Amino acid sequence: MSAVTAPVALVRRRPPASVRRKRFLLAVANHSLLIAAAVAFLAPFIFILLTSLMTNNQALSTSLWPHPIRWSNFYDVFTKAPFWRWALNTLQYSVLATIGLVLSSVPVAYALARLRWRGRQVSFLIVLIALMLPPQVTVVPLYVMWAKLHLVGTLWPVILPNWFGDAFSIFLLRQFFLTIPEEYLDAARVDGCGELRIVATVVTRLAKPAIAAVALFSFLYTFNDFFLPLLYTGENPHHWVLSLGLSEFRSLHQVQWNLTMAATLLVMAPVIVLFFLAQRAFVEGVTLTGVKG
Amino acid sequence: MRLRPAADAGAVSVPASPALARRPGKRRAAWRRRRLVLLLMSPWIVGFTVFFGYPLVMSVYLSFTHYDLLSSPRWIGTANYRYLFHDDPQVWTAVKNTLWYIAVAVPLQVLFAFGIALMLARARRGVGIFRTIFYLPALAPPVAATLGFVYILNPATGPVNVLLGHLGVQGPLWFHDPHWSKPALVALTVWGVGNTMVIFLAAVLDVPRHLYESAELDGAGVFSRLRWVTLPSISPVILFAVVFNVIQGLQYFTQAYVAAGVAAGQASQAADVTAVNLGYPQDSTLFYPVLLYQHGFTDFQMGYASAMSVLLLVVSFAITLVIVLNSRRWVYQAAPR
Repeated sequence: MSAVTAPVALVRRRPPASVRRKRFLLAVANHSLLIAAAVAFLAPFIFILLTSLMTNNQALSTSLWPHPIRWSNFYDVFTKAPFWRWALNTLQYSVLATIGLVLSSVPVAYALARLRWRGRQVSFLIVLIALMLPPQVTVVPLYVMWAKLHLVGTLWPVILPNWFGDAFSIFLLRQFFLTIPEEYLDAARVDGCGELRIVATVVTRLAKPAIAAVALFSFLYTFNDFFLPLLYTGENPHHWVLSLGLSEFRSLHQVQWNLTMAATLLVMAPVIVLFFLAQRAFVEGVTLTGVKG
Repeated sequence: MRLRPAADAGAVSVPASPALARRPGKRRAAWRRRRLVLLLMSPWIVGFTVFFGYPLVMSVYLSFTHYDLLSSPRWIGTANYRYLFHDDPQVWTAVKNTLWYIAVAVPLQVLFAFGIALMLARARRGVGIFRTIFYLPALAPPVAATLGFVYILNPATGPVNVLLGHLGVQGPLWFHDPHWSKPALVALTVWGVGNTMVIFLAAVLDVPRHLYESAELDGAGVFSRLRWVTLPSISPVILFAVVFNVIQGLQYFTQAYVAAGVAAGQASQAADVTAVNLGYPQDSTLFYPVLLYQHGFTDFQMGYASAMSVLLLVVSFAITLVIVLNSRRWVYQAAPR
């Protein structure tokens, strides 16, 4: 092999000037396009930030740059609306849902990935179908069910289903569990470890990146979720989450645009900060769902 | 399935011969294994039954009834479906809006994701920064992103129309004009194309280099390499993106609901942003899930909303099936090794 490649490497010369110039121009064009697109993608964030620092009169004028810069808008948001309460409700929803989702999805994904049993393929197919199903399809009977349990108006109807396995998380974890070498599991079995302990210790430890990705996606999903909280807590502002509160922010208090944009930025901030803290888990999770799936 | 394995095993506690003794032991192991699987699967068995199986069956049942949550469901046969297909003045608008949104937004999402991924794959510097910039909007919570866009596309003083004004162009009324409200929502969707883009980028970088090199030796230019090497190689990912985004399009709700509510509230300065404003302006943002929400959860016509959800289920399933079956013609499948 090396005997063949060596002469080829010798033959490869510097490309002629015309080719090099063409390549250079292509690279310049490519980078200019990239920069233009990047500016367009960043612009909404910048306009939101600039408006959140304006006075109300300025936000209603055609000026684009804040003058003077009003940092106190970010303080005023908290006095105009029960922002802390919304944040606490969101946190309650996120944390309770995520913990339940991880604890219930890991064993299911393990059974689907590493144990052989009759009906396994069918069960996995059902998970995939549940994954594709629009939530609107099941929402009416579920609403009736929660209404009969007198839980409409609280966050429980959006939290509890997560404690019984989530199709997307099961799917993602299964894809990862498939890649764990059998030797690790066999070693544990030889040491007298039961399957339950294998799931609880060996698998959980080996699958840390996948579990982190699942927890991250769950946090994001719950943080962004709007439809279900609107459905179940829309009539009860006491239990509103951030997304719901933000959507009603303007109309509730006749609040000005500058404060609305400050609130918008405050709702975006946790997600963006989290992204920079956990970039690797993100990228791994996205590729795990898309490419290998 | 044996119901009492313990008693069964006890009956042969004194084995007559080794061959006989092995069978109950094996059976017990099989039973223990089945119990293990059941135990591990139990969250999903409960979850699937309660949150998918039961509501699916109930949806179909309720779709044949009149039900307002207060009195018990009353069987009315196919009346809901007849109203849905023949009489509801809004359903056709909602279906048209949803199909319009999918037909415009999905190709644009694929095009932008592919274009950006190609540029990123060719870039020599700053790939990390660019990738982050293109991915960030996908992270923005939908409600926050929608509020931002409603402000930015504010007809009189929004930055976009101000900038257009400097160029001498009279900007449209965006979320206040029935012709421009859906394009504005599509712009918001394309802005959040980051997830699809990341998947496309990974696929583009995965295309084997030697394919490009041999194509170049055969005299293929930039565009024919794109057409005959890159596109076929990443076609499975394109299929994934199309199916995923079509399903998302069928469920499109949050952005439409929030944009209509905020824009209508801004126009009327009224404090109440509820059902009255669904679909503002002039039902142009009344998508199928929005109409379903209105019937089910502001008017509490649970039976009729169930009929709508059954139709949505059938259509989602049919569309997914058609795309997947059709894909055999254009998705490249690597020869089995």
